[in-house]
Amino acid sequence: MLDEARRRSIRGQDVVIGGVQPRVPQEAEAILQQMEVIPLKEVGNYAVIDVEALIRRDPAVCFIDGLAYDNPPDSAKKTRWEDVLQLVQAGIKVVTSINIQYITELREQVEAITGKHVNQTVPLSFIRSADEIEVVDAPPIEGYQHSFHEEAATEDHQRKLLRLREMALVLAADVVDHQLTRYLESRGVRQHFSTQERILVCVTADSNVQEMLETAQIIAHRFYGEVFVVNVDQPEISSVERAAVAEKLALARAAHLRVEVLEGRDPVDAILEFARARGITQVLVGHSRRSSFWSRLFGNRLDRLIQQSRGMDVRIFPNTR
Amino acid sequence: MTIRKRGKLKIFMGYAAGVGKTFKMLEEAHALQAEGVDIAVGYFEPHARQDTIAKAEGLEIIPRARIEYRGSLFEEMDVDRIVKRRPQVCAVDEFPHSNVPGSARAKRWEDVMVLLEVGIDILTTMNIQHLESLNDQIRQITGVVVRETIPDWIVQKADEVVMVDLTPRALLHRLERGAVYRPEQAQRALQNFFREPSLVALRELALREAAHGVGLRIIEDEGQGGAGGQQPPRIHQKILVYLTSDPKTAMVTRRAKRISDFLGGECLAVAMQPTGDLSAMNRPDREALEKHLNFARNQHVQTRILKGSDASTLVEFARQNGVTQVFVTRPRGRAWPRRIFPDPIQEIIGLAKDMQIVIVSDREMVGRR
Repeated sequence: MLDEARRRSIRGQDVVIGGVQPRVPQEAEAILQQMEVIPLKEVGNYAVIDVEALIRRDPAVCFIDGLAYDNPPDSAKKTRWEDVLQLVQAGIKVVTSINIQYITELREQVEAITGKHVNQTVPLSFIRSADEIEVVDAPPIEGYQHSFHEEAATEDHQRKLLRLREMALVLAADVVDHQLTRYLESRGVRQHFSTQERILVCVTADSNVQEMLETAQIIAHRFYGEVFVVNVDQPEISSVERAAVAEKLALARAAHLRVEVLEGRDPVDAILEFARARGITQVLVGHSRRSSFWSRLFGNRLDRLIQQSRGMDVRIFPNTR
Repeated sequence: MTIRKRGKLKIFMGYAAGVGKTFKMLEEAHALQAEGVDIAVGYFEPHARQDTIAKAEGLEIIPRARIEYRGSLFEEMDVDRIVKRRPQVCAVDEFPHSNVPGSARAKRWEDVMVLLEVGIDILTTMNIQHLESLNDQIRQITGVVVRETIPDWIVQKADEVVMVDLTPRALLHRLERGAVYRPEQAQRALQNFFREPSLVALRELALREAAHGVGLRIIEDEGQGGAGGQQPPRIHQKILVYLTSDPKTAMVTRRAKRISDFLGGECLAVAMQPTGDLSAMNRPDREALEKHLNFARNQHVQTRILKGSDASTLVEFARQNGVTQVFVTRPRGRAWPRRIFPDPIQEIIGLAKDMQIVIVSDREMVGRR
């Protein structure tokens, strides 16, 4: 991050360092010597960025380390990220850094991996509101002198780092995905690049919902995708079928999946409309049950879904009966 | 004689030219050299970029081989010379590069395999658009068909894949400053790969791919006696691709192999012919099918030609071999009224009601052009 500060400053931008941890590596120290630094204020045991001084100085770009720090309990702004927000609102561009451990919504997941409790966090919505995000990616072990490092980093520690690294990359991908959606929407483009797998499970009374949900969840898990579950409400079905549908949707809800009941005279149209709006990449349906003379001659709903689901894969499952 | 261990492969993965892959690789080369590692640069493409050229200073660069082709001289990486020199680590730029005809091997990644075999560790660079299994999606995003691709199994062999990240806006600034391409090249680049939404989408793909690489390593580590973690239950998936002469077959193979890789399953591909071989086919169809069979084999998918011509042959084969998913192209023809002789794929769907059938679609763009 400081290297970017240096490069921007060389290119003639008005750059100020607004918050750096007291102890920095040597290389960083060398950069800091050449830069204008507005030091952190000491308030009790806390180091706080000097918002007033920064606003008075009004640089074009301000670099702030350690976004997740808390301010003293009696401050106007409880956290550093709120201070940053104030700077941004005052028209100062802010470049800041954070470790994946300190995202509020990921806290539970992180604690399960590291076993350490995290106090100071930044909400995901703030991260998503950023104009830009950049990942600093590095494998846990750098360099080639493995024999030296291997003693230092136990396998268990390495695995923890790998998990955190995976989370950081997925988070960045999600933020980028939001950017892409915003960008396309702002230009009125109704288009999806299918960069993320979005899986739609279509439930009917016959669905082998267990296999469908399991497959959807495994694919979503491995591809860092999303799962949606829908049923198209059909007034003409029997009460037995209706109960079967309800039971199956309950299973999906129990798995914490988003479930929606769609209205529509034509189930194929309803499914496709939903799928297009959500940028679905894979539709999961059951095999067609009937193989009547009529459907062989004119085709059935499944055929129509296959023909009309341009841009999406259709995955057909065995039914329960 | 000492037995050399196979070298380690580290890939610096980017999402477009100019994000700083080569720079990052050379930076690591310097760091290793400072640690006392014996390192040499096997191939380096300066692209007239000043930062990168400066970064190569102080590193040993192994001279390239000259190869004559159709009266012109071309330069390629000199594998023999590197093997003779035998550094501990060798930096090789542009992993997906195709060598000029007349070279010992067609692809640079094949050259790299040779170096790894003799025990040299490799640092190399590539962009996400060169990954074979993403070829269709890349075409969809950029409108460009990428010809120089690397099979996924090669990239999966890497010991490390590092994401070299840069925001698209910063990249576009670099392009405008002339730090990436010469002006006329830059103009051309801005037309396709370097449109901002394309860059954002490519970057997202690269980030997900890098995350996936990390995820795979976690699974591998845990397979070797680690803690269970919260992986969902795993059914062993056996995926069958139905190969025909339909041009969409390559896309189906790519998608099937990708899903199979991600699910840790197996993937095989079959074609059907009444004679059990390709002899009875007309020439264009035969050539197309041969191409698809070869393509599958190059992706490390096993292939077979079944003797038979109707859907039941394929479905029976699938049942006997414990196939759980069949991947097919979209059936041709109208839904209504149906054709009198239905498409074999439509018949497969009708017959194989005891397994999953995946109809692979073009991820075509809505509303573009």
